[in-house]
Order: sequence, then structure tokens, then C-alpha cells
Amino acid sequence: MNAEFTPQELQFQEDVRQFLEAEFPKDIRAKVDNRIRLEKDDYVRWQKLLYQKGWAAPNWPEEHGGTGWSAVQKYIFAEEMARVGAPEPVAFGMKMVAPVIYTYGNEEQKKRFLPDILASNVWWCQGYSEPNSGSDLASLKTSAVRDGDHYVVNGTKTWNTLGQYADWIFCLVRTDNSVKKQEGISFLLIDMKTPGIKVNPIYLIDGTPEVNEVYFEDVRVPVENLIGEENQGWTYAKVLLTHERTNIAGVPRSKVRLEKLRSLAANTADGNGGNVGDDPIFQKKIAEAEIQVLALEYTELRALAAVSVGKAPGPESSILKVVGTEVAQFIDELYMELAGLQSLPFVPDQFSADFAGVEIGENGAAATALNYFNNRKASIYGGSNEIQKNIICKAVLGL
Amino acid sequence: MLQDSVQKFVQRHYSFDDRNAILASPIGYSEECWALFAELGWLTVPFAEEDGGFGGLATDLMVLMEEFGKAMVVEPFVPTAVLGGGIVAALGNAEQKSAMLAALMEGRLQLAGAFYETGGRYNLANVATSATREGEDYVVSGEKILVLNGAHAAGLVVSVRTSGDQRDATGISILHIDSASAGVKRQEYTTVDGHKAAQIRFENVRVPAANLIGEEGAALNALEQVVDRATLCVSAEAVGALDALLQKTVEYSKTRKQFGTAIGTFQALQHRMADMFIECQLARSIVMMAAMKLDSDIDADEKAKAVSAAKSRVGKAIRKVGQEAVQLHGGIGITNELDVGHLFKRVTGIETLFGNTDYHTARFAQK
Repeated sequence: MNAEFTPQELQFQEDVRQFLEAEFPKDIRAKVDNRIRLEKDDYVRWQKLLYQKGWAAPNWPEEHGGTGWSAVQKYIFAEEMARVGAPEPVAFGMKMVAPVIYTYGNEEQKKRFLPDILASNVWWCQGYSEPNSGSDLASLKTSAVRDGDHYVVNGTKTWNTLGQYADWIFCLVRTDNSVKKQEGISFLLIDMKTPGIKVNPIYLIDGTPEVNEVYFEDVRVPVENLIGEENQGWTYAKVLLTHERTNIAGVPRSKVRLEKLRSLAANTADGNGGNVGDDPIFQKKIAEAEIQVLALEYTELRALAAVSVGKAPGPESSILKVVGTEVAQFIDELYMELAGLQSLPFVPDQFSADFAGVEIGENGAAATALNYFNNRKASIYGGSNEIQKNIICKAVLGL
Repeated sequence: MLQDSVQKFVQRHYSFDDRNAILASPIGYSEECWALFAELGWLTVPFAEEDGGFGGLATDLMVLMEEFGKAMVVEPFVPTAVLGGGIVAALGNAEQKSAMLAALMEGRLQLAGAFYETGGRYNLANVATSATREGEDYVVSGEKILVLNGAHAAGLVVSVRTSGDQRDATGISILHIDSASAGVKRQEYTTVDGHKAAQIRFENVRVPAANLIGEEGAALNALEQVVDRATLCVSAEAVGALDALLQKTVEYSKTRKQFGTAIGTFQALQHRMADMFIECQLARSIVMMAAMKLDSDIDADEKAKAVSAAKSRVGKAIRKVGQEAVQLHGGIGITNELDVGHLFKRVTGIETLFGNTDYHTARFAQK
């Protein structure tokens, strides 16, 4: 691992910049810059452009459409994407179910599902948590009972992100009640159009229906949609969670947000004739965040270096999840503090594409408290930060 | 007595569902509840006996606001009775007082205080809105942001510049402006924590000179004192809301089962709730300190310093207790379905109102 990029890596960086400059749609960039919520179409359109370039899935094995990039190239790519505000592919297909399919699925499943994920033809969502199974995910109760060539699925999944857009859902289901809870779980792929599935929105405190409850009532799922072996789903899910965590540090995005925060602060009046950027208290807070991001960045690079010499991402990835989400949440706080009183108006329409009225607050000030509220989810999802600390205690410290 | 009366009111009229229905109504607060506020005498609490009030003690306001905080009351008590009414009581002449305060205390008059401007941050001396004398009128031009209750108040109590430069301490006056006046342009909205507010532009609004409250150009000291009382009020409101967050979190941890046991049995979580309790207690103590100082004979600077100490320390407690309450609830804590998320939003809003934690920490250091 080197702190400096090689000439080849610098050339790669230049190629990525040119591609993004030419291909990242200007209208989507404008939405990102103006904090307008992206629609399904925005994500899909952008992901298809990445797909056409062959850059849709840098982390996949090359045989399935991955880029074959080094860890440093992946890092450069993520950083350049964040710099222009290009959204990362929606995680559920590309980063979550695909690794499970190409690692544990059979040839038929790989052929059937991976190309459509790579090309963003199919939108996936996740069916893990249940109302009574959050941090204790293995206690899940949604059942799948074998009936001829089908499983019959009954139960409720919750905290299902963007399931309203989804064509398919990957679920953890209970196939055996008679064994230890981790040993009776299977990994099942379910077409959202199957009769018996109902999706109900849950409104978050920022007013958005970002997550859903998904109800399954006698949903018949063909047995060929089972991944790997019956009752081995927990093992597969754990691998998936590790992948989810390596992508969760969000270093490039935090760096870009801090850079923007600095320039915003330099242009925000402090009410006394100067600007907030000159306030030593605020400067100290930004600096602390920047230092934390640096420490996180080099922790991630060390983890990546370990992966590149053949080690699987290990429990150390829990550090990335805990610190990555906490620093992102701290940056949310700083944006809200900078916005001051104009963080208080609840004017979400202002951040929709067809808003034509007079905007309240400058530079997206009125989005800052809502972002702060919404992003409290980050320390809760993907295995809460408490669960990550349990993993560190057990798997790293041997406690 | 006050505490008892608010608790009974909340029990009868202000459940979480009642509040949701009130928020969904067009004006965003309940006129029936407001009438009850008047009937129960709560609107007299901020005012001295000689003004027809209950006594005007900050310690009484503290008790009232704490209970409001637990129930997340959205009726415009602070904008009307503490800010608008507070200015009239502090600076108004006998005529203005008799015209406005009685109506206010009887629940017939809604007021709003319009004191903040774009680019002014929390500095009350930053007043660019101008009032120029023309014959028997002032002509007012400018814009005020985050005017709480600004959408529905009949009377706007507005800080204006009658002389000097934008940030001069002198040259600031207060005008009572009828919100129906020609040239008053209101952009109404709800705040992230469920209160009604407005951004208000004044376009050459003609205001009778008789509507000047207090002496021309000399309003800043009184304005700061009134805003300090409002700051104490929302700090006390936060103390009530934080207590509710703690109590709900502890209850939830006793009933929510994961890994075969109530999550409240995990020592790692128990200690975090103990920390929340400590924060709640320190917040309560410092607000009490500030309320007692406001009711004492110490000089204005010391009172201001006490209020800033309270707002600063409560702000710190808000961050900690608010975030922990949500985190310990997990996903359900950030949904609109549970009161916890709403309490979290309200205390977060309070953290910013009348100056955030950093502002009041710096003000404490400077006083």
C-alpha cells in the first residue's frame, strides 16, 4: 500500500474523471447538488450508463462482469464518483444479493439473475428484519414450508428499504423450527409479483416513506429460488453482511461533504460582520471531523490491502461501519448547526424537481435538519453499531 | 398547582393522537385548547400582577413549560405570551398595555415576535429591516425569518432599524404591525418539529407612529431580556421532553425482547440509560438555576449569563439524550408512528431556537 498513486493509477484517475464529466447526466447532478431526492428512474438510468462502460460492479469477479480493478483503482473510482455526487449503485442488487448468488448460487441461478442485476434491469430489495427480530436477526419467524415444488411463505418483514420500487426480494426464512435458531434459516429469492405479497409504507421522521413492511400470506415460491442448501441461509447472510459493512465507511462521500461544508461556512454570515468559517469553535469541529475521516480512510486502506492479498473481509470491517456512520452523522450535525434557524422550516417540496416557488433558506439549509433526522438510521441499520461492537468483542478481542 | 393543572389538561386533551390530529388541522394548533389555556389562567403566567397577570415569575414559567414539553404542546404560547406579550409588558405605554395584554390573557389576541433576519444568525442587534418616519407613519421594509406563530398572529411585534448601521446596538426600535397591513407578505410553513411559522417580507408597510412600542432607537436591551425569558422557556420545555424521552426509553428497554431477554437487562445499555438520566438531571438543575436568577435582583448581564449557561448545557443534553433515545429504540425510533421520534425532533428544534449551543457557550464566556 502506497500513499502516492503510481503514474498508471493517475492515468486511471484521469480516465474516470473524463468519463464522469462526459457521461454522468447533468440533470441528475443538478438534483444531487440541490438535494432533490433521486427517483428510481435516476438510479436506473445512471447505473445503465455505468453498465455500458463496463464499470457497474467493480467488486464482482471478472467472470461475472466485474472490472478486475486493484483495490487502489476501486478506491480512486469511489472517490471520483463522490466528487461529482454520482450515486453509488443501489446496494441491494449489486452489493448484497449478487455476492451471495455468485458465491453460493448454482450455475442456473447465476445465469438467471446476475446479468439483470449487472445491467440494472431488475430492482432488488432486502427481506431480513422482522418486527420482533432486529438486532437479534437469527430469531426471525417468517416461515417457508415445503409443499411439492414450492415453498409456502408466511410472515412479515420490516425496514425494507425502497421495496416500493422492487421487482425481487431476497429473504431470510425459517425452514426448520426444531434446531438452534441459526441453523434453521434459508436464503430465498422471491418475485415481488407473486400473489400474497403486500407492501405497506412506513413514514420516517423526515416525512419520507423510505422503508416498508412487507407481508407474506401463503406466498408460493418455486424451490429453484432457494440459494445453496436449505438451512444454510444464516452462513450466507453473514457473508453478505460483511460485504455490506466494507461498503459502509463512506469515506469519499464524507470527504466531499466536509469540503463543501468548509466552503459553505466561509460564505455563511455569522451575524457580527464576519463568517462562520472564521469561528474557532466551528473550525475545530470541522477539523476534528476531517481528522476522523483520515483515520477511517487509512483503516479502510489497511483492510483493503488485507483483502487484496487474499484474506476475506473480516470482523475488522465492523470498525468501518461504526466509525463511518458516526462520522457521517457528525457531519450531518455540522450542516444543521451551520444552517442555524433556517434548518427549522419543514419545506420538503422545495427539494422536489418540479418546485417553482420561492425557496426558504439558502444553500439547502432547510434540508439539513431533515438529513440529520433521517440519517440517525445509519447507526441502526446494517447490523446496529451495538451489534458491530458485539462482533468486535467476540471475534476480535475474544471476550 | 400549575403542574397539576397542565397534567390534567394533557390527560384529557393532549394524547399523542390528539396532537397528531391538531398538527394535521389547517391552522396547526387547537383553538379549543387555546381557549382552555386562557380559561385555566396559563396565559397570565408571564405577566406581573400590576399588568393583570399571575406574577410573571420565571420559576412558574419553568413549571408550565416543562409540562408542555412532555406533551409536545404546539399551541403558540411562547410567541404570543412570552415574546410578543413580553415586549408589550416591558416597553409598552399604558394605552398599549391595556389594549393588548388583557385581550392576550383572555385568549383573544395572538402575537408573534419577528426578530431574526437572513445573515443575522442569532444576533438580535443585526437589524436591516428599516422603518423610516413619514408624517404620522413609519414605512417599514425588510424581511424576517422564522417568525414563530407568524402565520396566524394578528399582531406582529417587529424589531426595526430607525437609525444607525445594520449591527449597531442603538437605533433599534419595536413596532407593532397589524399582520393584515398592505405590504405584509407571509410565507407560511410548519417547522420540522410541528410548529407553525412564517418568513415575512415587509414591502413599504405603513405603520402608524402610535404603534411604536417603547422609545425610538432604544429597544435592544429589552428585546434581549425578553428573548432570554423565551430561551429559558424553551430550555424548560426541553427538560420536560428529555425526561419523557428517558422514561419512554427505559420502559421500552423493559419490554423489547431480543436474544431471549429484555434489552434493558444488558449492562452496556443500562449504563447508557444511566448517562441519559444524569444528563436529564443536570439539564433540570441548570434551568432551575437560571429561572431563579431571572427572578432575583441581580443585574441584567448576570441574568443573561445564567440563561446562556442553561441553554448551552441543555443543548448538550439534547444531543446526547435525543440521539440515545432514538438509538436504543432502534428503527421504530425514527418513524412517525412513535412519539419518541417527535420528541427527538422537538428537542432538536429547541437546540437551535434563540441561539444554539455554541452560540450560548460563547455568549456565556463573553458576559
